[in-house]
Amino acid sequence: MSISNEHPYMSVTAASNDAHTENGIRRDYTGLREDAALIKTAGLTAWFGSMQALKGIDINIAAGKVTAIIGPSGCGKSTFIRCLNRMHEVVPGARVEGSIFYREHNVYAPNVNPVMLRRQIGMVFQKPNPFPMMSIKENVLAGLPLQGKNTTNRDEIAERALRQAALWDEVKDVLDKPGSSISGGQQQRLCIARALAIEPEILLMDEPCSALDPIATAKIEDLIHTLRQTITIIIVTHNMQQAARVSDYTAFFYMGELVEYSDTDTMFRAPHNSRTEDYITGRFG
Amino acid sequence: MKQQESHRSDFFFTPLDGKIEKAFRAIMALAVILPFLILIVLLVDTFVDGYPRLGWNFLTSFPSRFASSAGILSPLVGSIILMGLTALFAVPLGIGAAVYLEEYAPKNAITTFIELNIANLAGVPSIIYGLLGLGLFVRFMQMGRSLLAGAATLSLMALPMIIMAAREAIRTVPNDLREAAYALGADRWVTIRKVVLPLSLPGILTGIILSLARAIGETAPIITIGALTYVAFLPDSVTSSFTALPVQIFNWISRPQTDFHVNAAAGIIVLLVIMLAMNSIAIFLRFKLQRKIQ
Ligand SMILES: Nc1ncnc2c1ncn2[C@@H]1O[C@H](COP(=O)(O)OP(=O)(O)OP(=O)(O)O)[C@@H](O)[C@H]1O
Ligand SMILES: [Mg+2]
Repeated sequence: MSISNEHPYMSVTAASNDAHTENGIRRDYTGLREDAALIKTAGLTAWFGSMQALKGIDINIAAGKVTAIIGPSGCGKSTFIRCLNRMHEVVPGARVEGSIFYREHNVYAPNVNPVMLRRQIGMVFQKPNPFPMMSIKENVLAGLPLQGKNTTNRDEIAERALRQAALWDEVKDVLDKPGSSISGGQQQRLCIARALAIEPEILLMDEPCSALDPIATAKIEDLIHTLRQTITIIIVTHNMQQAARVSDYTAFFYMGELVEYSDTDTMFRAPHNSRTEDYITGRFG
Repeated sequence: MKQQESHRSDFFFTPLDGKIEKAFRAIMALAVILPFLILIVLLVDTFVDGYPRLGWNFLTSFPSRFASSAGILSPLVGSIILMGLTALFAVPLGIGAAVYLEEYAPKNAITTFIELNIANLAGVPSIIYGLLGLGLFVRFMQMGRSLLAGAATLSLMALPMIIMAAREAIRTVPNDLREAAYALGADRWVTIRKVVLPLSLPGILTGIILSLARAIGETAPIITIGALTYVAFLPDSVTSSFTALPVQIFNWISRPQTDFHVNAAAGIIVLLVIMLAMNSIAIFLRFKLQRKIQ
């Protein structure tokens, strides 16, 4: 399922040579050439009713990389990634302004069907949410009939997705048991397998490990390491070490704004902004 | 700070005085046992009265002028057809309304108004539905005193209950699962069909069965729209006139001859058995489906 190694946006490695401009616009912290981005947002603003959760986010997300989103609780991390696959608008009263480009498409253009978009941009939630009335296997395959995909090789697809999610060995004998009958960490990997089975180009992960123990967390981090070769990942996390371990780029959000965005090394070794530094070193948040 | 809080909770949860607690317990136990006892006495009385008349003949004979040879064939068939037709009308409408209200309707004043009134409708006395059915279905829509008119009337009566039970069941489906489906690229309709309805099915089914069980036991609306009290034929179409179990029982009870009272008691037993069976099915389904889900 190598997505698009041939795609022009994939020339990220060259891009990361670009120097950070000390006080340039935020986008320059990315160290990314603009044409290396798979997702670009401009003035992205999100609302819950009259409450503004995002205040003009400009960010470029690198193709084929892991981008971590960090920041204190309530700063808009979930809101941000939910804007990317248009899950934000599912909440009653929620709306979005500004623009998001996914490849050359404006995600919020009137002719974009959010349903189709979500098949390209998969999502894993904070709380594992397997479908309780479906078996493990049915859970993995749940996204397929929705896509009208040929489902003759269901077993194969299920096995591949479960292997990708590092869950196959643990569940291969209980594929017909309900999806909710396995442990929380296994359920989370099941949800990852379910998202991977439809072969998205981007995977959004909203604190995927926050409900898991260190062993399950380590498994998911390993998984991210493996997946990064084939898929672009954006992961929200409260765990600094995790962000440092798994990501190539890190974005620090604070009160609905993107405060700092750079490659993960720089972010954790020499943050530019004092608020970033305070947060990373645990002085607040 | 911690200590203060624990003090406060001590204050709120000071145990009741032992005697008062015992008295409370006795009163509450009585509140449970008393209605139960009354029900048992009624059931036993009915059973003793009606049992001698029960038998295959009673089920397969038409009503008759002679108490001993009279049966409940036509009212039994009438009731079953009524129930089937009522389910046919009320179930799709009820589930549809519930899905609309829970999953599609914007939360505004109109929706709130509709929701409030559905709750009110569930509390309207059944005879009012009978009068409505008489005016609307029998006369205005010219269905006559037919099974169709009866079922339409009972459907109106069962609808609010079905809608409320279905909404309740739909509301118990965690939002996480809807979001999971959306995130996989399901649209709203697919999400409802594949996630919301399967998960709320036990609750919806229970509501349907309980409201149908109530509908089959209703007498007032059926009498109001003009079910016949003596029917010696089986309905040949939904437009034929009919009778139903409660109507037949009511008829027998109002006769002066005590022999017919025995028939009424036997009829009540049959009706009770049907209702109990339906309730058991509801409980069974709920238990079984719920286990499958968890
Ligand atoms: N459904 C909602 N309705 C109204 N306001 C909301 C809703 N969800 C989030 N918010 C508000 O939007 C802001 C951003 O929330 P968001 O969930 O994006 O934060 P977050 O950074 O993901 O926090 P956490 O780390 O706690 O998950 C918060 O102030 C929150 O109170
Ligand atoms: Mg969040």
